[in-house]
Amino acid sequence: MKMSNDWTDIGALEDIPRLGARIVRTAKGCVAVFRTQDDEAFALEDRCPHKGGPLSQGIVHGNSVTCPLHNWVLSLETGAALGADVGQALKFPLRVEGGRLLLDLSPFSAAPDIRKAG
Amino acid sequence: MRHVELDAFHDRIAKPPRPRLVIIGNGMSPGRALEKLFDAAPGAYKVTVFNAEPRVNYDRIMLSPVLSGEKSFEQIVIHGDGWYIDNEVTLYKGHRVVEIDREKRTVKSEHGVIELYDRLIIATGSSPIVLPVPGHKLAGVLTYRDLDDVNAMLLAAKPGKKAVVIGGGLLGLEAAVGLKEQGMDVTVLHLMPTLMERQLDTPAGHLLRQAIESRDIRVITKANTREIVGTDPEKGPPRVKALRLDDGTELPADLVIMAVGIRPSADLARAAGLEVKRGIVVGVDMRTSDPDIFALGECAEASGQCFGLVAPLYEMASVVAARLAGDEVALFNPSATATKLKVTGINLFSAGDFAEAPDREEIVLRDAARGIYRRLVIKQGKLIGAVFYGDVSDGAWFFDLIKKGSDITELRETLIFGPNYAGGAPLDPTAAVAALPDDAEICGCNGVCKGKIVESITAKGLTSLDQVRAHTKASASCGSCTGVVEQLMTLTLGETYSPNAVVPMCGCTDLGHDDVRRLIAGGAGATIPAVMQALNWKTSCGCAKCRPALNYYLVCAYPDTYEDDGQSRFINERVHANIQKDGTFSVVPRMWGGVTTANELRAIADVVDKFAIPTVKVTGGQRIDLLGVKKEELPAVWADLNKAGMVSGAAYAKGLRTVKTCVGKDWCRFGTQDSTGLGVRMEKFLWGSWTPAKVKMGVSGCPRNCAEATCKDVGVICVDGGYDIVFAGAAGLDILGTQALGHADSEDETIEIIAALVQLYREQGRYLERIYKWAKRVGVETIRAQVLADVGRRRALYDRFVASQVSVQRDPWADRVAGKDAHEFAPLADLSLQAAE
Repeated sequence: MKMSNDWTDIGALEDIPRLGARIVRTAKGCVAVFRTQDDEAFALEDRCPHKGGPLSQGIVHGNSVTCPLHNWVLSLETGAALGADVGQALKFPLRVEGGRLLLDLSPFSAAPDIRKAG
Repeated sequence: MRHVELDAFHDRIAKPPRPRLVIIGNGMSPGRALEKLFDAAPGAYKVTVFNAEPRVNYDRIMLSPVLSGEKSFEQIVIHGDGWYIDNEVTLYKGHRVVEIDREKRTVKSEHGVIELYDRLIIATGSSPIVLPVPGHKLAGVLTYRDLDDVNAMLLAAKPGKKAVVIGGGLLGLEAAVGLKEQGMDVTVLHLMPTLMERQLDTPAGHLLRQAIESRDIRVITKANTREIVGTDPEKGPPRVKALRLDDGTELPADLVIMAVGIRPSADLARAAGLEVKRGIVVGVDMRTSDPDIFALGECAEASGQCFGLVAPLYEMASVVAARLAGDEVALFNPSATATKLKVTGINLFSAGDFAEAPDREEIVLRDAARGIYRRLVIKQGKLIGAVFYGDVSDGAWFFDLIKKGSDITELRETLIFGPNYAGGAPLDPTAAVAALPDDAEICGCNGVCKGKIVESITAKGLTSLDQVRAHTKASASCGSCTGVVEQLMTLTLGETYSPNAVVPMCGCTDLGHDDVRRLIAGGAGATIPAVMQALNWKTSCGCAKCRPALNYYLVCAYPDTYEDDGQSRFINERVHANIQKDGTFSVVPRMWGGVTTANELRAIADVVDKFAIPTVKVTGGQRIDLLGVKKEELPAVWADLNKAGMVSGAAYAKGLRTVKTCVGKDWCRFGTQDSTGLGVRMEKFLWGSWTPAKVKMGVSGCPRNCAEATCKDVGVICVDGGYDIVFAGAAGLDILGTQALGHADSEDETIEIIAALVQLYREQGRYLERIYKWAKRVGVETIRAQVLADVGRRRALYDRFVASQVSVQRDPWADRVAGKDAHEFAPLADLSLQAAE
């Protein structure tokens, strides 16, 4: 894990509906940013580890999301598949400060290592 | 050969060097061997698999449910593509191996791929035997072996057409029942006097015959096929027309299935100089005459026997895996095998040796009224064979006695009644499974024993059958051991597990759909959070299963005031387009009754050009599908379609999708009514309506039924005297012809009846329950009584439908073009142009 983070302001928490998600487009692919019922926010790569489904289009419930393609359920906190499925979506550090969302994209650079460890 | 040497060189310098394991064949036994090998010695080998079939490993014994339409191919896949990637297995799909060079230690595929091996597994399986009778090569003559055969059968299977199945063994009967389910007229021919004579004795064979015949399948035993007759070759390519028996009987046939046995595929091994008799000869260590080469599965011959049932093949797989992992003592000891027929509603079980002989005793139990037959064969105080028909629930307990060779002298008196009575134990439904030892095999398909199931239930806290299936695979394949698995759950979990209880909506509640709906109607709450609170939901905000259902039941309960919760809808319904595998969407404008105009087509063409839409396809519902639209461009695409007067076709909706029509009496010389006009009227009246699941309709202008109205949720067949209304058809996972609802004299009456039917369906149907399933649950008669016979009730239903239509006939596309839910169609931020570091 890196010691320092590189935060980018990507918008306001209010821009995402409760129990919903929006995407952030980057040069390395899309990141899905989720907002829970309790106004927590999480960021995962917008790719289900199963067949690449866009997680941002799924139904958010509790601290998890159900992929729209084949109903895998992933933890928003860890990116890990829940239940009997095994897989890991790439997870990004995200902070909410004064209602603003701050995203750290550095996991994209370290992605191959993280995936192996997962 | 240059690249082979290079590969070898690279492999030598790689550290640590892993021996190369090459497998020829990708059936169930090598799949099982790899699972066991990866468990026992992860990463020990660099594995390459050649599969002659162009696909991943699937559960071949589940082909019958695919044929009958109970399962799809995806549901029987054992190892998907991801499994091969995760385990670093190189899989060559569609590569038949044509040569094994034992000197160079290479195998070569038909496409020229060459792989070096240190250890080789030959798992080439078997091929179906084709009877060499005249006409066996005609089109329409098939065998029953792999998915291609099933697909060919499904293509050929047309309701009302005639199929003849040669062979009344396990596979033949499964094929016959599957084809019958597809609506064919089926005859089974069997050479021997009774069906499945290798697995069943004569009385059980007769019971089986009765059960097969009661399904309207004709059975002819002692039938010897003389020839298969083709159509006149002068009139196009010949295909099968009939089948002639030795006694001269001629059976008309549009499809002939040969299911008369299998022959081990050993040619490759023979050509490589390995010892081959009927199959590839292996020792008890599963090695062939070349110690670096194993043979496994139906191609192998061990102790003079070849095997075709899954249990011994899985035992072989375990031995091969153990040997590869360095275990020098694992031996293949073919033990008794048990057989079950995978035909819903027919229960039979046989195990061991049940032939009559002077030194054997038998115990027989017959209960004709309940259709039960049991026969046990005993030799020198041990159970050696068993045949059960009707009630097979104790099969595992008897099979265990046979395999263990247990002394049954003490139990003999009550043995035939099963473990409930063994040794005077109390009559408890779970006593049978309680009496099983931990290593007793429960699920033959997946080789799961009792101990593993019980341990998983306890260790992982499993409480539902689905969970047990997900974690242990027990009863996850053919499902015939489901009852035993459920008893094990009752035994392990006690009172908390009750298999007959109402199936809960999902893991968030213990309540079933009907209870939830009743409580909502009774005032449990008017929003999703309120309902969850009132009904003690176990999760804070539900899950992807219950939230859409609750949203639906609330819409039903408060159609005027409830505010639809978009976040509780599946993405397609939320953004009014259909998500595709790559995350793009497809767009289907409404085309009323399948009728379009030059203006609409021009507008569609312009949209396709303007947005560079990659695929334009005509749908089965008589409309045009624009595939591959980016989500951000959806509102702009819709805006252009709106301008040409088109609205959403709701191709994603749990609601009215299409009304398919034929051209009717305006053009057709057979048309009796204006079917197109009626279809357009129906669609304009019903569009926008929401229902528990999708609704597709059809209107045909005459009984020739060109609009295929008789497999729709609701259909109309126009006749001279008016309109016949039919419903509860299906043409998806299930194929079902519709049932008659009734007759109407006018278009107005037709529409009133259909609207009343739809209203009743949405008031009673469970979320995601299609009309045909609802009709099966509540009964066609009760539906008919309410929407046809009881005119007052019909009128009330119709009025409620009309009232709710007022607020729903708004084009959701136009709303979004005007700015509704704009956040859905734009990224939160776009950082893609930021300079890369």
